[in-house]
Amino acid sequence: MVLLSLAYHSLRNRLLTTALTVVSIALSVALLVGVEQVRRGARESFSNTISQTDLIVGARGGSLQLLLYAVFRMGSATNNISYESYQILARHPAVEWTIPYSLGDSHRGFRVVGTTEEFYTRYRFRRHRKIEFAAGRAPREIFEVAIGSDVASALGYKIGDAVTLTHGVASGRGILDHDDRPFRIQGILARTATPVDRSLYIPLEGMEAMHMDWADGAPPMPGEETPAASIRKEHLQIKQITAFLLRARSRIDTLRLQREINTFEDEPLMAIIPGVALNELWRTIGYAEDALSVVTAFVLVVGLLGMLVSLYTSLNERRREMAILRAVGAGPRTIIFLLVTESGLLALAGTVLGVGLAYALALTAQPLVERHFGLFIPLVRPTAAGWAYLSAVVVAGVLIGFVPAVKAYRNALADGLGVRL
Amino acid sequence: MTPAAGRGWAIEMEDARFSYRGGPEIVRIGGLRVEAGEHVFIFGPSGSGKTTLLGLLAGVLRATSGRVSILGQDLTAMKPSGRDAFRASHIGYIFQLFNLIPYLSVRDNITLPCRLNAERRRRLNGTPMEEAAGRIATHLGMGSLLGENVSRLSVGQQQRVAAARSLMGTPELVIADEPTSSLDFDHRERFVELLFQECREANSTLIFVSHDQSLMPMFHRTVSLTEINEAM
Repeated sequence: MVLLSLAYHSLRNRLLTTALTVVSIALSVALLVGVEQVRRGARESFSNTISQTDLIVGARGGSLQLLLYAVFRMGSATNNISYESYQILARHPAVEWTIPYSLGDSHRGFRVVGTTEEFYTRYRFRRHRKIEFAAGRAPREIFEVAIGSDVASALGYKIGDAVTLTHGVASGRGILDHDDRPFRIQGILARTATPVDRSLYIPLEGMEAMHMDWADGAPPMPGEETPAASIRKEHLQIKQITAFLLRARSRIDTLRLQREINTFEDEPLMAIIPGVALNELWRTIGYAEDALSVVTAFVLVVGLLGMLVSLYTSLNERRREMAILRAVGAGPRTIIFLLVTESGLLALAGTVLGVGLAYALALTAQPLVERHFGLFIPLVRPTAAGWAYLSAVVVAGVLIGFVPAVKAYRNALADGLGVRL
Repeated sequence: MTPAAGRGWAIEMEDARFSYRGGPEIVRIGGLRVEAGEHVFIFGPSGSGKTTLLGLLAGVLRATSGRVSILGQDLTAMKPSGRDAFRASHIGYIFQLFNLIPYLSVRDNITLPCRLNAERRRRLNGTPMEEAAGRIATHLGMGSLLGENVSRLSVGQQQRVAAARSLMGTPELVIADEPTSSLDFDHRERFVELLFQECREANSTLIFVSHDQSLMPMFHRTVSLTEINEAM
């Protein structure tokens, strides 16, 4: 108790260095905790990019590829699936709902998704959240389009603007623009902070209408195309889609349905479970988070070394103090204990402050980060591993204290009672 | 030579020698005895081995050979930790200057030996530490300064706080290393008188080392270190 009070008063006496040391440890601890929170947030957000979809179905190919084009709007499908196959599966008794996707066109780098009303009512992300409109409504007519919030903000579009879609995926103006059949913006989706924001949504019929009169991947000759105004929904026959999302009536059916789709006789199809595929993908890009952890660990080491330096350099000016303590009967053990206690207290204070700082920051930054980066930072208590890290910091602080402590002990032995200043 | 009736030897040194490892002999004292309760003035100009002698008496240094007994206990036979414990229990020490822990109050500085050592605490005979500190401080004219931060004190006041601390828990031996060298003349005598008075009350032996001979007449006995240290 005496030594604890001595250590406390001694630290308070060097308030500035103590504060700086504590702050430097606190910052590195806050970084550690913060990175951990962001990691969990990122993982959480990532695996909740899409929810309530039991299976993603596409033409047979790579499962990662299917995940990328169906969920992340990256890459493209090698094959489409026929509308008949889709209809057979959509009417399967074990299926609750499906959302068809028809992909392949773009608008100034943003993907165009042909889909149905189901997308606006059934699609879920981040567990229970559904598609909402920041403005306007879902497209109903053939040449109507709803745009994701990123598209709206990047291109500055508003309701009523006309957009021209491009055949294929091009970043700027494409070579094969469907400029004869422009789409009118009827809705702007509310921000979801998922890839949904980076697409434009048109009716399946719109996708079909756009490519009307096309043959062998080439547009009709000028003058031969059907005028947009004369195209009616009834005239359009949807022939194929790229992929569809599927919800089973019961989770138990999922695996059976998956097997059924994978062995579908009419056409080579593939079904993947989004959660499983997302986890696989996360694991492949997960080494980035390991790198982040390593950097954090190094920052922490630097913080602790800062404490070592500050304690060590303070020893010279404290030689007198040590001699006095020796004179009133403190043995070397007492002196070692005093310094180890000081360094332990610094590490403890730094850790506590750092954790507080990290949570305070997470709390204030939470809505901001969610809005801008689509990362939801969960405010949860540290995990068992988290606690272990934090205790390790304090223990490391105590252990580091032995370095100046042994030095002080040597000083004290050499000085005896006769320090000259 | 035997001590006066009813008294033991506070200090006995017999052929005590000291040299740092491989260095020349700094102290060689054939015989030095101080009776319990005596107030001895050790005259030691600089370079006479004064610091080393005090280190030996306080048990911070261990004699290379010979015997150094304090209160009948042979310090040379003890382990370093034993000597630390012995010093904590039985010896009060006053430095020439900078006696105080800068981050503790006057009161906390005075009570420090009692807080660090159970034996010193026990000798307060049940008086609460703060009360005992207050009593000594009042005797030394510092009663009103107990709550002060030590950095606010004048040098003279600091030395009196150091004296109060060395006397807390009535140690048998008080060693003062030039405690008055930073005080002006009037304060020196006054300080020594207070120290005497407190040592008498506590029945403590006082070893007072100084190169200032003007204080010599106030003591029972004077020992010249230059004469007894054969190494010089």
